[in-house]
Amino acid sequence: MLNSEKITKTLLFLASLIIILLASGMMFTLINGSIPVFKEFGINFIFSTKWNPTEEKEVYGALPFIAGTIITSIIAILICFPLAFSTSLFIGEYYRGRGLAKIIGTMVDMLAGIPSIVYGLWGFYVLRPLIVDLGFNSQGYGIFTAGLILAIMIIPYATSITSEMIMMVSNDLKEAGYSLGATRKDVILKIIIPNARSGIFSSYILAFGRALGETMAVTMLIGNTNVIPKSIFDTGNTMASVIANQFGEADGLKLSALIAIALLLFVITGLINGTGKLLIRKFS
Amino acid sequence: MKKLLGILVVVILFASCNNGNSDKKSDKNKSKTVSITAAGATFPLPFYNLAIKNYSKATGILLTYGGIGSGGGIRSLKDKVVDFGATDAFLSKEKEAGMPAEIVHVPTCIGAVVIAYNLPGINDLKLSNENLSDIFMGKITKWNDQKIQKNNYEINLPDIDINVVHRSDGSGTTYIFSDYMSKISTNWKENVGRGKSLKWPTGMGAKGNPGVAGVVKQTKGAIAYIGSEFAFAQKISFAKIENSAGKYITPNLKSISAAAQGQIPADTKIMLTNSSDPNAYPISGFTWLILYKEQKYANRTKAQAEETLKFLSWIIEKDAQALAQQVNYAPLPEKTIIQAKEILKTVVFDGETILK
Repeated sequence: MLNSEKITKTLLFLASLIIILLASGMMFTLINGSIPVFKEFGINFIFSTKWNPTEEKEVYGALPFIAGTIITSIIAILICFPLAFSTSLFIGEYYRGRGLAKIIGTMVDMLAGIPSIVYGLWGFYVLRPLIVDLGFNSQGYGIFTAGLILAIMIIPYATSITSEMIMMVSNDLKEAGYSLGATRKDVILKIIIPNARSGIFSSYILAFGRALGETMAVTMLIGNTNVIPKSIFDTGNTMASVIANQFGEADGLKLSALIAIALLLFVITGLINGTGKLLIRKFS
Repeated sequence: MKKLLGILVVVILFASCNNGNSDKKSDKNKSKTVSITAAGATFPLPFYNLAIKNYSKATGILLTYGGIGSGGGIRSLKDKVVDFGATDAFLSKEKEAGMPAEIVHVPTCIGAVVIAYNLPGINDLKLSNENLSDIFMGKITKWNDQKIQKNNYEINLPDIDINVVHRSDGSGTTYIFSDYMSKISTNWKENVGRGKSLKWPTGMGAKGNPGVAGVVKQTKGAIAYIGSEFAFAQKISFAKIENSAGKYITPNLKSISAAAQGQIPADTKIMLTNSSDPNAYPISGFTWLILYKEQKYANRTKAQAEETLKFLSWIIEKDAQALAQQVNYAPLPEKTIIQAKEILKTVVFDGETILK
């Protein structure tokens, strides 16, 4: 009995150790790889908008990509929020347990399973011509198009977690509310949302985190211009997308710059998840 | 539970399929003594794929070529994990000095970069050097700009925006294009320069030739540079370009081949852009395979070195050059083949010449 317990403990410990080693190994590789670029440009690398990979004129600054990443993700979350929130109320409260809600719930889960490249293709052939027809810009690529496809991609994440959270609110509380004469709106605003808010909030943080790192679909639609976009219909680039695009031919300082961008993305995602967790703890 | 079982069945099915395949492959491997690995440029990839397929079929030698980009090819050769690499831009003196041992360049074929555009109903656009650089510098922004119209008085250009499309990934195609642009425009040379990826003054990026071609086909008013091998196979309209003799040249295998008619240095390290030949298409260039002059490295056997050299001397010869034309590359001129052979003769194993 005691022996098997010991074995289990050791196994579990080893498994966790591997995770720690993997994470720190990855961190080490990223930091090690980005040393040359930080040596060359210092902290300026993060705040500079200059990106010139031409030999002998090499200058690297990550700001255009940081800006592109954050702006597309914010657009995505802004578009995603109303859609995802109303869908989850529909599934989790209004039509809870009914056939229609189940069908919609399954569809939402299916959307989550579609590979990024498929969204990219759909965006390229359907969404982009639509943007051109609407007259936002003449070629249809850009920050807004990328944000739009990201919004569609993160809706399932936000929706399924939010609806779970809404369903988890105890029935006793809701029934107590109704027995006191509360309307459905009152129950939603005063009982469901306050009780589920930390869960709902964390679902949007998760969705935002996914939008930050999304690569393939964004690369296909953002226009890949290495400058800070002047408007949301302008073309731009994100951190993940520039790495995917330029990694193949990169060497020397440029490779280091790309690794440094990866490190920054790692840090930004970590920071956002961290603040999310902190806020959740504060709320609940 | 039923669901799980279903998934399990599918997984097992897939796994068994894979097993079947890999067993067959490893059987094939065992019967061959030497296998050659190479990696590099994507620009000549269709040619190398076809050449390797035919060569493997004829000789039984297993050859693998990874189209990972010129930079990756150089890196792989530097790390000594491949038998030879491939690049669209010859290595500068500094870069060659950075390699662990002396290397040689072997040209394999000539490719070109065409200027593709999407203007409905128009397929004989001519571009002067000045217009070409002004468009890609973002100075001309409308198709019916007087400058372009003057250059093309017989066609009626529409009043739409010019959408410049360039490569978003680093590429030998970009290198050849920017090398040409630097030769025809001092403004370009000073402000943009030459490289596999650039700081673009205007336009948007798309990944790879297929990505750029896709955007051009989908976007009215788009203009882009695309590898000729890809553009020819895709039937996109492309412009006639003014060459150094002032003639407007349509890119085709003949005009691309003409670019290599001039004097070629013995090591073949030359950019063919803006050739002085009056019939040459000006945005053309060699693509090279690179290998170590001393083939004894990283536990390689003599047989390995011999097979590598055999393949390299085959790929520059007539049979392989005919294959190049099938996939829209211009063949090497006769005298370049002789030069390439001389280069291969300098390659040694442990100090001994391999090709006699």
